[in-house]
Amino acid sequence: MGITIPLNPVEPFLRGDRMPHIWCSGCGIGTTVNCFARALAESKLPLDKVAIVSGIGCTGRVAGYLRLDSFHTTHGRAIPFATGLKLAKPELTVVVYSGDGDLIAIGGNHFIHAARRNVDLKVICINNFIYGMTGGQVAPTTPIGATATTAPYGCFERPFNLPYLAESCGAVYVARWTAYHVRYIAHSMAEAFRKKGFSFIEILAPCPTLYQRRNKLGDGLETMRYYKQHSVIKHGASTRDVDLDFQGEIILGKFVDIERPTLQQTMEQRYRHTLQERYVASARR
Amino acid sequence: MDGNHAACEGAIAAGADFAAGYPITPSTEIVERFAARAPMVGATFLQMEDELASSIAIVGAAWGGAKAFTVTSGPGFSLMMEHIGFAAMTETPCVFVNVQRGGPSTGLPTLPAQGDMMQARWGSHGDYEVIAFCPNSPQESFDLMIEAFNLSEKYRTPVFLMMDEAVGHMTEKVIIPSADEIEVFPRRATEAAPDEYLPFKPGTDGVPEMAIAGQGYRFHVTGLTHDERGYPSMDWRTQQELVGRLVGKIRSHAEEISRVEERYVEDAEVVLVAYGISSRVALYAVEKSREEKLRVGLLRPIVVWPFAERRIHELAERVKAFVVVELNYGQIVREVERAAAGRARTVLIPHAGGTVHDPNAILGVLREVAEWV
Amino acid sequence: MVMATTTAKARKFRGEIFIAEDRCKECGFCIEFCPPKVLEFSVKFNRHGYHPPILVNEDGCTGCDLCGLYCPDFAIYGIRVPTTTTTAGRPSEDQGAARDTQEELSTAQEADRN
Repeated sequence: MGITIPLNPVEPFLRGDRMPHIWCSGCGIGTTVNCFARALAESKLPLDKVAIVSGIGCTGRVAGYLRLDSFHTTHGRAIPFATGLKLAKPELTVVVYSGDGDLIAIGGNHFIHAARRNVDLKVICINNFIYGMTGGQVAPTTPIGATATTAPYGCFERPFNLPYLAESCGAVYVARWTAYHVRYIAHSMAEAFRKKGFSFIEILAPCPTLYQRRNKLGDGLETMRYYKQHSVIKHGASTRDVDLDFQGEIILGKFVDIERPTLQQTMEQRYRHTLQERYVASARR
Repeated sequence: MDGNHAACEGAIAAGADFAAGYPITPSTEIVERFAARAPMVGATFLQMEDELASSIAIVGAAWGGAKAFTVTSGPGFSLMMEHIGFAAMTETPCVFVNVQRGGPSTGLPTLPAQGDMMQARWGSHGDYEVIAFCPNSPQESFDLMIEAFNLSEKYRTPVFLMMDEAVGHMTEKVIIPSADEIEVFPRRATEAAPDEYLPFKPGTDGVPEMAIAGQGYRFHVTGLTHDERGYPSMDWRTQQELVGRLVGKIRSHAEEISRVEERYVEDAEVVLVAYGISSRVALYAVEKSREEKLRVGLLRPIVVWPFAERRIHELAERVKAFVVVELNYGQIVREVERAAAGRARTVLIPHAGGTVHDPNAILGVLREVAEWV
Repeated sequence: MVMATTTAKARKFRGEIFIAEDRCKECGFCIEFCPPKVLEFSVKFNRHGYHPPILVNEDGCTGCDLCGLYCPDFAIYGIRVPTTTTTAGRPSEDQGAARDTQEELSTAQEADRN
């Protein structure tokens, strides 16, 4: 063409040879990846020192599309993998990018313990209220009344309020956005990169193929309009009060931003205190 | 020092600088000792929330450059199967220790068995090959732990130290050589330039060179079937190439890896086959039978997987029977029978575990087998 | 890749939009959330049978790149070029990737929130 085409700002962060990705038309995951790329650029983190870990599922594919040291692990186990990676190589910024089913159902035990320990991980949870990759089964985030292939008469289990769960387990940074709130997401991710400790960002995103279609909620765009119209930003809101109802109001914002020593700090402090000169710090730390 | 403590010291001697574990009898002393030793030797220990977490935390740590291991017993071993497969698929060097107890299920937490031998070989889904050591003394728990680490690095594969409760809790003298006498196989670190590096392109021995996170390679690792770039590829050809190589890199070195100890085998007409604690009982029975002029020998697999099938096959040409003594209802006996290929008879002396075999019962079987034509 | 250039006479910046048509899956996010509404679906099909967006108001584009932020398929993005610049060049970091400042948070997004 003879003209230098400027690069899409997301492109340097992508494995271009793996495009197009597998996500459906109107899926919100790709949108959040744009935000992630912008946040990484803004943070000016050396990309060779950023690792991304995903579990299994649609969001679990994020790791494989990003041109970072990337790990697509087993179902639910992204967090303990990331814990081992971070402890072995503390200089890394370790991001866990996965879905609600992966992080909170099968991986729920790891989630609560990593938050309790305050492992220095940036956990990004794309919550689409359903199991996407396996075809639309009920999740621990499915709102009461919404249907899924394995809840054909409507979900009757109370879903998790993820920010409340994260905060009560010890997360030092907790925020929730929707895929519509792109600049807020990017800003929040950049804040989490600067934060030391277990940081959790929940992002509601459309799954038009399974959740929206089955529940007659229109397509991805219709869902983005719903996010736009029914979201209320309440920074600092008590996480107790941010439950999600089926198609109800969505409370967004940065809910928690506190300081607490990380696992590595408490580990090191304890060893130094007790062992004194007998303590041999890992060459890795 | 008992076998469990010796295994821990073996790990430290091998350069292990990361362990994650979840308490389970009768293996717990290994992580207890490591928890105490780690901060004094520059290593990291984390007690995880369960065995699933422990078994993948070590895989994560290995990709962060650590030499990592975890320790468990039967019920925890069952939970770890997922990540044994993941480690095999992603070619992650790491070591799993299983101090076997009576099963199935919760079984006999404090008493020995050898019922997980086939689980170690086949436990995770799909096709892969493993390496498994079976120590029969605290000294060997130390020595073989070092070798387990070395082979996990050499072949980039999970390696098992299949102990049992009796060896784990048996106290004997353990000689720990000085560090410069211990051979340690280093990580097969790549020296390729990042833009030329293919993370899963095998070397001539079928094993790829490894990058670790944070070095600028920006590589991808997945449990999905993947090509040399590490990219998923849902294609039968990629599957064949990858799984063929994962299996082949061990099988093609099986003779080199596999190892047995032989006692009184030269003139033996009957060969006892036993490993771990059972081999010590079996040796006693062999010596007793020799006093009775019975020509009995002992073959002890030290490396159980890959199995010493060629040696069994050779012996089958001239012995009349193999008698397999194991604390289960027939696991390694199947391998012996397969390798003997009908050239010699194979007899199992089973035991459900909870204690060891009665040597007199073994002797009784040997007397009977010696009568066979 | 189709390149369209817009010029806004009175502004310090003009916007440029770049569209990788074959990546588009026709979700409509870029069209819906473009603050000056300068995009529409084109009538043509891409390789996969989707209608990619097309720039219909060249002067209106501000290069805010909200289309780029929204596009789940990495198929479209906008850049801001100083009006003095005459050729399309690779955007510097300030123009392209790292523009999500606090002010932007309270302008582009809030402006679009009514």
